[in-house]
Amino acid sequence: MSNDKNKPNEIDEATGVQTTGHEWDGIKELDNPMPRWWLWTFIASIIFAVGYVIYYPAIPLIDGSTMGISGETNRSLLKQETQIANQKRAEKFALLDKTPLLDIQKNDALNRFAVHGGKSLFKVNCVQCHGSGASGGPGYPNLNDDEWIWGGDLEAIYTTIAHGARNGEDDDERVSEMPAFGRDEILNRKQIASAAEYVLKLSGQDHDAAIALQGAVIFEENCTSCHGETGLGGRELGAPSLADAIWLYGGSREEIISQISTPKSGVMPPWKARLGEGAVKQLTIYVHSLGGGENTKVE
Amino acid sequence: MRNLTEAVIVGLATFLAFIAAGLSDDALFKAHAWVLCVILLATTIVLLRRVEIPANGQALPPTDTSGYMDGVIRYGTIATLFWGITGFLVGVLIAAQLAWPELNIEPYFNFGRLRPLHTSAVIFAFGGNALICTSFYVVQRTCRARLFGGKLAWFVFWGYQLFIVMAATGYLLGATQSKEYAEPEWYVDIWLTIVWLAYLVVYMGTIVKRKEPHIYVANWFYLSFIITVAMLHLVNNAAVPVSLLDAKSYGVFSGVQDALVQWWYGHNAVGFFLTAGFLGMMYYFVPKQANRPVFSYRLSIIHFWALIFLYIWAGPHHLHYTALPDWAQNLGMVFSIMLWMPSWGGMINGLMTLQGAWDKLRTDPILRMFVISLAFYGMSTFEGPMMSIKTVNSLSHYTDWTIGHVHSGALGWNGMVTFGALYYLVPKLWNRTQLYSLRMVNWHLWLATVGIVIYASVLWVAGITQGLMWREFDSQGFLVNSFVESVAAIHPEYVMRTFGGLLYLSGALIMAYNIWRTIRGDVREETPIGGIAIHTSNVAEKGTPSTVTG
Repeated sequence: MSNDKNKPNEIDEATGVQTTGHEWDGIKELDNPMPRWWLWTFIASIIFAVGYVIYYPAIPLIDGSTMGISGETNRSLLKQETQIANQKRAEKFALLDKTPLLDIQKNDALNRFAVHGGKSLFKVNCVQCHGSGASGGPGYPNLNDDEWIWGGDLEAIYTTIAHGARNGEDDDERVSEMPAFGRDEILNRKQIASAAEYVLKLSGQDHDAAIALQGAVIFEENCTSCHGETGLGGRELGAPSLADAIWLYGGSREEIISQISTPKSGVMPPWKARLGEGAVKQLTIYVHSLGGGENTKVE
Repeated sequence: MRNLTEAVIVGLATFLAFIAAGLSDDALFKAHAWVLCVILLATTIVLLRRVEIPANGQALPPTDTSGYMDGVIRYGTIATLFWGITGFLVGVLIAAQLAWPELNIEPYFNFGRLRPLHTSAVIFAFGGNALICTSFYVVQRTCRARLFGGKLAWFVFWGYQLFIVMAATGYLLGATQSKEYAEPEWYVDIWLTIVWLAYLVVYMGTIVKRKEPHIYVANWFYLSFIITVAMLHLVNNAAVPVSLLDAKSYGVFSGVQDALVQWWYGHNAVGFFLTAGFLGMMYYFVPKQANRPVFSYRLSIIHFWALIFLYIWAGPHHLHYTALPDWAQNLGMVFSIMLWMPSWGGMINGLMTLQGAWDKLRTDPILRMFVISLAFYGMSTFEGPMMSIKTVNSLSHYTDWTIGHVHSGALGWNGMVTFGALYYLVPKLWNRTQLYSLRMVNWHLWLATVGIVIYASVLWVAGITQGLMWREFDSQGFLVNSFVESVAAIHPEYVMRTFGGLLYLSGALIMAYNIWRTIRGDVREETPIGGIAIHTSNVAEKGTPSTVTG
């Protein structure tokens, strides 16, 4: 390594550029200037930064910070955007508030608004249990079909959504409780098994006819008060139909025995208290539109 | 009496670990202390077997300390390779877990525990060993001095491996302080502090006793990396343990201050560990492999100081649109934008160093590796500042775009420059004339490159898909998608990214084989790279005019 100021540094053959005269383990350095485009872009980014700092909140002070020329913050931006969005929809929301539940579907534009709004609300609040396609899952009812535990017309759906089920929070909640025939020793194992066999028969599945015959008696004595004589269920009591292929907790022999012995029952939050009247209306219209919605009986 | 003191010290530590395991009420700490106890016991036995006691009171022959200290570097290259493959393997596994959640094995091998294992294995175990061993190599050569501190370098190496093993087993057992890239609990942190300070002493000491008048640029970068990482580690991990016999600790920061400190740390782990440190590597191995002078001394000075000054302020861009005050977010953004050119300074200096040696790319796959590495470095250091712009960030934040970005940096830049350095180092360290196979290097290069390209591009698609789905409004002004729909939508990308990772891993396995054979001293019989290529390109050149005119 030579740093003799009087002696010019070595010139690199390949590029014709002078080296700096340093050398480490055979590595030399060329005395190239910084590429101009690099330097100017760097300076431009600094100028941009200075401009940005002047225009937006950026410099911390003892209490708060400079607000910049724009004064724009995340919160002010959010407020502005929400305001615009709300303004756009304010008219529709007002109309929705005014319109009775049963009349919403008569106004095409309002109906569309409610369905879209309900769908959006559903994706935030309901998909966790009922699934993003509203097709439910084990323990959570499918909302696309025409089997309804508590009723499928607008008013019934509204009540279920607004007040929920078995949540202990709402005076008008849906409540029904199936007795735990096994756990509470109302029936013995054999009786439960035969009742289950009868339920298999009711739902048109393979079953042992002899055992089912014994089960029919037990069913008659213990189950018909809620599920009806033919097992079609009753919506007033929230008793599901047992005579079809739709099952909340599974339709296999084991699953039916388990449900008779130690029943599960679902809980649904009261949404009116959380989301408000307008949101429940929208959700009602949306759920009703999914395919299984029933017409309100005219009295 | 060689090794006796070491054996006694480690033996005492084994006893302490045993006592800790016995006294602790915390099941987690107990389990972890047992792990430590077993490791230390094994170490004690190995050390005891190596104790040399001279006969008849004669002195042992002194260790030769005239040359460079390369033994620890040989261990370092093997450790780098081992942890690299471990990290890539766990990466492929967790990528598969994301695509097929059934692969989560509770509780020890679920995604939540394996993810920090993957990030720590790749950044700290693979990257850290690569940095420690190359820095030891580079600092000796460019200072013309043996490593300072005698056996301290060995302590750094083995102490660091102990840190890695304790961190990794802690994750699997469930000991974590839940800070990204700083998951190890307090006792592992304290150990790392001790090891890191020893590293600083060895490195600094070697620079101080150098026989060269000037400090080479690679050493500026390595040194800034060592010092800054020490500072970051100490501040971000400041915590009070529940008791000295309990794994749990509570950080001294809380709320948004904690978040800011965490990302000041997290971003500068990228900035100083994965950028500055690896630039140090680049500044030695690229000029050596190309056998060309560094392009511009002036550029290296300016971009070095600009980089280390600006990087430290850019962390808040990880917290855009959060509870962090607006001023901090905005400052984080502008510092990130100003960081673009200083980062590119390293790429320019690296690539332009090839001026006058571009033809070597035809025959030298190791040089190709360095070029690809610098290209990915340039790509991700452009992408980073761009993603820090708030409007871009509002789309990219929380999406897989970020993960793609990190991987084009980690796999492309850090991985490739390390592979290049290892291919350079191994024949020299084991005194072999050449690598076992250059063609295998080329296979490694292309498998890795294709892997990264697949990985990064599918995650661009996935990330932008997620970002757009989350903000999609319908004609009536309502949000369209639920979160889970955006998860379902990117399943194909998750499958493809697993495949990309698999390609990268297979490249590394080829490397392991190649290096093993090189160390054994084998040379593969193969046609040299470039011989055929030159021939066919000549034919094509001759044919071109007639095609154009015809």
